[in-house]
Amino acid sequence: MDITKYRDVYVYIEQRGGRVQSVALELLGKARELADTLGEKVVAVFPGCHISEQATNLFSWGADKVLCMDAPELENYLTEPYAQAVYKVITTYKPSIFLIGATTIGRDLGPRLSARLETGLTADCTKLDISEDKQLLMTRPAFGGNLMATIMCTQRRPQMSTVRPGVMKKIIKDETRKGEVEFIDIQFDKKKIERVRLVETHNIDKGLKDISEARILVSGGRGIGNKENFERLQSLAALLNNAEVSSSRAMVDAGVMTHDRQVGQTGKTVRPDVYFALGISGAIQHLAGMEESEFIIAVNKDKYAPIFQVADLGIVGDANKIVPLLTERLENELKK
Amino acid sequence: MKIIVCIKQVPDTTEIKIDPVTGTLIREGVPSIMNPDDKGGLELALRLKDEFGAHVTVITMGPPQAEAILREAYAMGADRAILLTDRKFAGADTLATSHALSGALRTLEYDLIIAGRQAIDGDTAQVGPQTAEHLDLPQVSYVEEVHYREGDRFLRVRKQTEEGYQILEVALPCMLTVLASASKARYMRVRGIVEAYGREMEIWTADKIDVDESKLGLKGSPTWVNKAFTRGVKPAGTVHEVTPEEAVDLIVGKLKEKFII
Repeated sequence: MDITKYRDVYVYIEQRGGRVQSVALELLGKARELADTLGEKVVAVFPGCHISEQATNLFSWGADKVLCMDAPELENYLTEPYAQAVYKVITTYKPSIFLIGATTIGRDLGPRLSARLETGLTADCTKLDISEDKQLLMTRPAFGGNLMATIMCTQRRPQMSTVRPGVMKKIIKDETRKGEVEFIDIQFDKKKIERVRLVETHNIDKGLKDISEARILVSGGRGIGNKENFERLQSLAALLNNAEVSSSRAMVDAGVMTHDRQVGQTGKTVRPDVYFALGISGAIQHLAGMEESEFIIAVNKDKYAPIFQVADLGIVGDANKIVPLLTERLENELKK
Repeated sequence: MKIIVCIKQVPDTTEIKIDPVTGTLIREGVPSIMNPDDKGGLELALRLKDEFGAHVTVITMGPPQAEAILREAYAMGADRAILLTDRKFAGADTLATSHALSGALRTLEYDLIIAGRQAIDGDTAQVGPQTAEHLDLPQVSYVEEVHYREGDRFLRVRKQTEEGYQILEVALPCMLTVLASASKARYMRVRGIVEAYGREMEIWTADKIDVDESKLGLKGSPTWVNKAFTRGVKPAGTVHEVTPEEAVDLIVGKLKEKFII
């Protein structure tokens, strides 16, 4: 493989039901930075059905070019038709770097593509950099977040990685940016596609927002204990702008919170402006998911709890006593 | 129905600690277990066996001591166990691992291959889909439930998504990668444990499988670890031992300083 023939930073634009996902825009932001370091372009790979009109929006998030595949076979995400479409793009255009969101879709598509292309894929990266000799440095947690490893893929192309939602930052939207859209026709191998059929999709509307998009997270752990106490966290969050309730794994295992609210290695990665860690001791798996938060306020009874090692403001005390007092005080402050 | 379950022996990562002085991983004394998602996969296979009389083979790639999880699988009710072990497999990344596994699977008969969604030591979720690609099998990942009707040539499965779930139909033969939560694994039967120690384990080396050797192990791996390190701890802020009232003062003060309120 002549790796010098491969260039530019490509981003898989994930959409669901035609709605471009936040992680795709975050990856365009990171791709912009990598491409500027390399002196190369950012190319958005955008498969879907009835999505063509949205293609030009991607320029304002950092793309120089959009490769759009608009076909009825791509109406819903299914491994095979999407793998065929993206495989065609990669083998035709030869990207040097290919980034995918580490969602249930990206983590299904990524490995299928890497095997079809016989190239490397690094999962769930938390950091991407360019080395002095212009190779991609992909850093990811391993051993449940106990260890960080920087991975390279020097002999094959593209260098592929998946990145979890909430890890990278979008660029500030710039509507003056322009670019070029190219439409690509895919000849699907129907026989292969027909082996999997989507019967139905159930989206359970929990009336709650994705925690990785909240600016403030009020997060509770074992020290909060039961459902009633969690409802108090909800009342606290309701007083703050763009705030949501989240939790540690212990509370998900206990059935008090649902998995989509879980912060940490096996849950979501978050970086809000303020993270309240209430009654959370701070197992390394939890810290891995939240330590990049701008400001961390921790309340825990145990003064030796590891959470205090990452907290900007640490309070030794009972969160169940402090939360109602804090809620009351905020109510008064906000009335002023 | 012939089912093959791919399993892996992993260190129990919830037991790993960092040496606070040297900043390195303490691996000694960390127990090795059957990866939880794989165990969920084995349970699913055994339920199909209970209901439809399936034949269940378990296969693992690893060092000789990985036979411990094969014995556990026997004790749970597996019919056949294969250990892929060879120095030629060592140092494999996910792609090279998937080549070794698919090389072995090619020599076996199957209607269904089940793997855990991901292993807790690497959390990559890649080997299942990569193996499916090499074998040209359709795949469904993040599977929570499997339904089968006698005589059908397809499965109906429930797949977890961020927003809820999907119901999919997938033609046999196929690859499913499943979640530990899909089915609570049964306990080993006491008689099963005793018998498991007497049963034969098949040990396969690289020359027994159907794959191009250049795709195996370290030399078949496109990715390599440039550097490994324990995560740096950011400088801690202040910790206050105060009354709840004083705590509220401190928090509200900071929220004002940050223009949150």
